[in-house]
Amino acid sequence: MLKITNLSVSIDGKTILKNFELQVGAGEVHAIMGPNGTGKSTLAAVIAGRDHFTVETGEITYLGNDLLEMEPEMRAREGIFLGFQYPVEIPGVSMATFMRTAINEMRKHKELPPLSGGEFLKLMEEKKNLVEIHSKLTNRSVNEGFSGGEKKKNEIFQMAMLEPKLAILDETDSGLDIDALKVVANGVNRLRTPQNATIIITHYQRLLDFIVPDFVHVLYDGRIVKSGGKELALELESKGYDWVKQEAKGSYASN
Amino acid sequence: MSITSNTQRLQVALADYFYANENLLVASAQPALNELRKKAIADFQKSGFPNTRDESWRFTDMTAIMQHDYDFSFENQSRQFDISTIFSCEVNDLDTYSITMLNGWCVYQDKPLTRLNNGVVLGSLAKAIEEYPNLVEKYIGQAASKANGGFAALNAAFLQDGLFVYVPKGVKVEKPIQLINIVDTNSPTFIQPRTLIIAEQNSHLSLVHCDHDLAHTPTLTNAVLEIFVMPGASIDHCKVQNKGRNSALLTSTYYRLHSESRISSNIMTLNGGFTRNTVSIDMIQPHAQASISGLYLADKEQFVDNLILANHAAPDCVSNQLFKGIIDDDAKAVFSGAIHVQRDAQRTQAYQNSKNLLLTQRAKVNTQPQLEIYADDVKCSHGATIGQLDTNALFYLRSRGISEKSARQLLMHAFADEVVKKITIEPLKQRIANMVEKRLKGELSLCDQCVLHCSDNIPATFNLNIRKI
Repeated sequence: MLKITNLSVSIDGKTILKNFELQVGAGEVHAIMGPNGTGKSTLAAVIAGRDHFTVETGEITYLGNDLLEMEPEMRAREGIFLGFQYPVEIPGVSMATFMRTAINEMRKHKELPPLSGGEFLKLMEEKKNLVEIHSKLTNRSVNEGFSGGEKKKNEIFQMAMLEPKLAILDETDSGLDIDALKVVANGVNRLRTPQNATIIITHYQRLLDFIVPDFVHVLYDGRIVKSGGKELALELESKGYDWVKQEAKGSYASN
Repeated sequence: MSITSNTQRLQVALADYFYANENLLVASAQPALNELRKKAIADFQKSGFPNTRDESWRFTDMTAIMQHDYDFSFENQSRQFDISTIFSCEVNDLDTYSITMLNGWCVYQDKPLTRLNNGVVLGSLAKAIEEYPNLVEKYIGQAASKANGGFAALNAAFLQDGLFVYVPKGVKVEKPIQLINIVDTNSPTFIQPRTLIIAEQNSHLSLVHCDHDLAHTPTLTNAVLEIFVMPGASIDHCKVQNKGRNSALLTSTYYRLHSESRISSNIMTLNGGFTRNTVSIDMIQPHAQASISGLYLADKEQFVDNLILANHAAPDCVSNQLFKGIIDDDAKAVFSGAIHVQRDAQRTQAYQNSKNLLLTQRAKVNTQPQLEIYADDVKCSHGATIGQLDTNALFYLRSRGISEKSARQLLMHAFADEVVKKITIEPLKQRIANMVEKRLKGELSLCDQCVLHCSDNIPATFNLNIRKI
């Protein structure tokens, strides 16, 4: 589904990702872990199409297409979803207008007729329940005045509405209490199918207790320095990142 | 005096024209009105037209507008004209008492003044001057100050027709009164309508005020409105402007607020070549409240200027100014918001906010707050922002599959909506919201109002010459 090869990305002349490689297949859940400042959020943003990075080398192929050539909205319409670490507040744009515009532009892309008002509201109610959003979302401005937990639930709600093929969840667990974390994880699990894939970016093992990954990668200094199964996350939780850093340095030295 | 510029030339021509036609003007009016005229023309000759050395005209250059040879007319035109053959207002199917002005003259068919059962009188000012001379004389010229770059004085000197509204004590006018100003001419024309509104004690009225254009030739309109809001009365006033790029429109609105009166004013400038809105709110008695908001959407080479003066002359009054603008292409905007708190105006609350979005590098806005506070127990604040669309918000929307164009429109719409929401005339709010949305999508042109539906680029031609009707 997604193939990243030899990707180097810089921002303001500073290289963040260095010859990064990753392959994600349909039905898989990948967790990308690592200390702060190692390029995790940059990776998510580059896949989603943020434009303030410079891609120095490499390529990203998504469903056979050159992803880097696509505008962010085209990536979304083709099934990529980024769950933001810091969801943006947009005063004056209601959640209903926002989601209806998004859904209908996506449907247009798929040559489907737009949803009627009634169909749309029904869909919204259904998906709200999935992430246990009880408030009346319709007239609220996007993320404005939402608590930290509500903002993250809102990300998963949008994911449920848009039904992506590849979801990248950037630190979706940060700032969540255990109850909200369960709600979010439960939402993600219920959206899993053999056809779609998820990349979970996180510091902590905690979320992975609820969303069990098939692969765990450790990102350090702009590249993946260690990959393994779900047990790697547990190992990181107990031993911290220092041993991985040491290993990584050792391998640079030997190179 | 040697005439060195076109502005001066026009100034002298206007004064000459006044004296040459003084008999005509004087003949039609009452003595007190004639005193007002004579004083006004003298004031105008003294002050002349403004230039950019005047503080409140620093960013507002009218030189180009003064280049044209404008016609003025003392003759009543088109009293009988059937406006619906050339124009239909977007908000026209609202249930209103509608009064139309064509080139500053009231088009009243056979009914110059409407008298409602509850005592409300509305219609042509020219007719009101004849029929209610004492009432008109008591108020006219009392609120409009001469200190407005000579424009208020010039309007007073030549005043002949416009809208007149009288609402008696305690009467709530159930339908909005709609003033539709239409400019339609084939040669450059100078138009000076005058509006006088008197809302007696504890009365209420809603005024929908539309400025439209069917002319493709330069026109200059110098409109003055005087609105007297007596104790306990309230007025909701919404002005919508959709005019062509050749139009210059100066609208000076003078509200005089008595105790416990209230006004809400919304000024929606959707299109226009040169626009200057002057709003002066004189709170002369305690506990008056004024909410003044405006939205201006300027693109291409349009120019929009809003000058607001909230004058707190009595204690315990509240004023609130909110003006927002979206400026695109090479357009320019100016916002000057003044708050004056006089020495005795204790416990004044006066707020002001100006927010602007610049969509291109060339778009320009000058915003200047001016606070003069001589009382010590007051709450005042002012704020001004100038910025671009939030790139984080744009990316967030696009990352959900929304095109860049739609995302920009959503954000602009959200920006504008804060002002649209303030419109207090409920049935009008949704229509204005639709017009703003169309305008932001670049779909609102003058042709929307014209029933001929010809292209914007091809000037509308009429088989009939309306000036001969």
